[in-house]
Amino acid sequence: MLSTGRRSVVDVALQGSGISAVHFDRAKVLQRLRMGDVVFRHLTRAAAITVLVILGGIIVSLIWGSLPALRTFGVSFLYEEVWNPVTEKFGAIAPIYGTVVTSFIAMLIAVPVGLFIAMFLTELCPMWLRRPIGIAIELLAGIPSIIYGIWGLFVFAPFLQQTLQPFLISLFGQIPVLSTLFAGPPYGIGVFTAGLILAIMVLPFITSISRDVFEAVPPVLKEAAYGLGCTTWEVARYVVLPYTRVGVIGGIMLGLGRALGETMAVTFVIGNAHRISGSLLAPGTTISATIANEFTEAVGDLYTSALIALGLILFVITFIVLAIARLLLLRLNARVGG
Amino acid sequence: MNASSSPLYAKRRRRNVITIALAYGATGFGLSWLVVILAVLLWEGFSGLSLAVFTEMTPPPGSAGGLLNPIAGSLVMTVIAVLIGTPLGILAGTYMAEYGRYDRLTTIVRFINDILLSAPSIVVGLFIYEVMVAQMGHFSGWAGAVSLAVIVVPVVVRTTEDMLVLVPDTLREAAASIGLPRSLMIRRVAYRAARAGMITGVLLAVARISGETAPLLFTALNNQFWSLNLNAPVASLPVVIFQFALSPYRDWQKLAWTGALIITLAVLALSIIARILAAQRKTS
Repeated sequence: MLSTGRRSVVDVALQGSGISAVHFDRAKVLQRLRMGDVVFRHLTRAAAITVLVILGGIIVSLIWGSLPALRTFGVSFLYEEVWNPVTEKFGAIAPIYGTVVTSFIAMLIAVPVGLFIAMFLTELCPMWLRRPIGIAIELLAGIPSIIYGIWGLFVFAPFLQQTLQPFLISLFGQIPVLSTLFAGPPYGIGVFTAGLILAIMVLPFITSISRDVFEAVPPVLKEAAYGLGCTTWEVARYVVLPYTRVGVIGGIMLGLGRALGETMAVTFVIGNAHRISGSLLAPGTTISATIANEFTEAVGDLYTSALIALGLILFVITFIVLAIARLLLLRLNARVGG
Repeated sequence: MNASSSPLYAKRRRRNVITIALAYGATGFGLSWLVVILAVLLWEGFSGLSLAVFTEMTPPPGSAGGLLNPIAGSLVMTVIAVLIGTPLGILAGTYMAEYGRYDRLTTIVRFINDILLSAPSIVVGLFIYEVMVAQMGHFSGWAGAVSLAVIVVPVVVRTTEDMLVLVPDTLREAAASIGLPRSLMIRRVAYRAARAGMITGVLLAVARISGETAPLLFTALNNQFWSLNLNAPVASLPVVIFQFALSPYRDWQKLAWTGALIITLAVLALSIIARILAAQRKTS
């Protein structure tokens, strides 16, 4: 029994190495297998560590590249608005503002819509329709961001310029705060349009994670609530949502991370203007759009370095947001598992 | 009878009807974007689709041409990125699922990998610019391929780990009981059981990078002419779309739409194939 067992091992090993099974030294082969085991184990371990090295490399190279700019401008880089390649004066607040505001608009729209779609998919949708709709929403996530960009530039922005934006300008024209936010002329491109496109792009992420966590709610809880006479809305609001709160917030943070770092779609429609305007309809810029637009044309070390410093700021912000998202989702998994 | 006519009951019912209507509306809203975007793409891109698109080079403004050099450049860089990223990702995923499933290292790598999975791709471009382009002194296809590989790795790590964890332990125990060394058990038994899922992961990674533009902008740059020399700038479909769409020339914009249609169809086909593969695994 033992010998047949051993032979099979050796046979399998020899199959790969192409040596004929007739002449072999058992001790040698076993020795080689043991070596192979050790080598493979260390190889996989090294690959796992490489993932950490990639992250470390990103952080170190960004810090290294942004040192000249950070040394020159110091902390003022974070709050100066001027961005002048000719005089080599750079401040990051306009792109940071654009990034935050576009992402905020995106979340404002995508979170409620995403949660309602998830509620539809888990509570209302007939069984046979759930998979197709779920797949369709996920395909929306698969469309490359450059496609959203070209569509936004040629179709969506002109459409907004002619319809929604003039409407908003006239609607809020007399209301104190809102009239500044939606001050005119309707350019089509701008912060508002970028926010809307981001909303469409992060919608699938929020939807699919919320759906997954909604599905993890034990049916007993929902059935108990229905048994008491709760309506569908009351079950969703007072049973499902409190139970899945942590996971939903994790999903929202994940979508936020995507929105903050999204590049191409925003680059097409934001207008690339380095200023902070009170109006959401005016052109602006984001961190990623600034880098995408200007990096290859940047002459001079300080200009390049300032752009890399922008990249570092973006990476730090998204890292924090994504880390919070993952920690929340991990906590949820631990609870479901235990 | 009394209950159904009470104002509280009516209010709850009204609120329920409104939210259900909102849920239907939200779903219609979400799905309509997919329809609208695909319809516009087909409408704008299909008319420009011809044989010339696949056989001619990118034209100077004002003359006819195709997208052969960016298509070839994208294909070459994608293949190299997958060749670099897949083995690395599979090995890392193997460690996490097979050797160190409950390790501290695995927990950390999983956490970091999940962050890399959603990290902004433009930052990856800056990273490769710093370590490759700035060191070599010029833009190159290699730098483009490596930056795409950095995006492939986390996708493959994630799916490999998930799929290997799903492989039943009885298979591993059976392999061990006939005396198979662990590394052979992983390669001959676990990989085979998880193959469909792992291929799905690679397909998803290809779908992800075939539309990536941001990391290529300042690594591979762009090239107007036929060149597969990876030591020089190489054209890629997304970057050409970016450049042509923002140009003022009508025929360049037309080509950009056609390129966008090609990419989208390729990406959708890849993700649908990946999904079918994953579904087969579940049913079998």
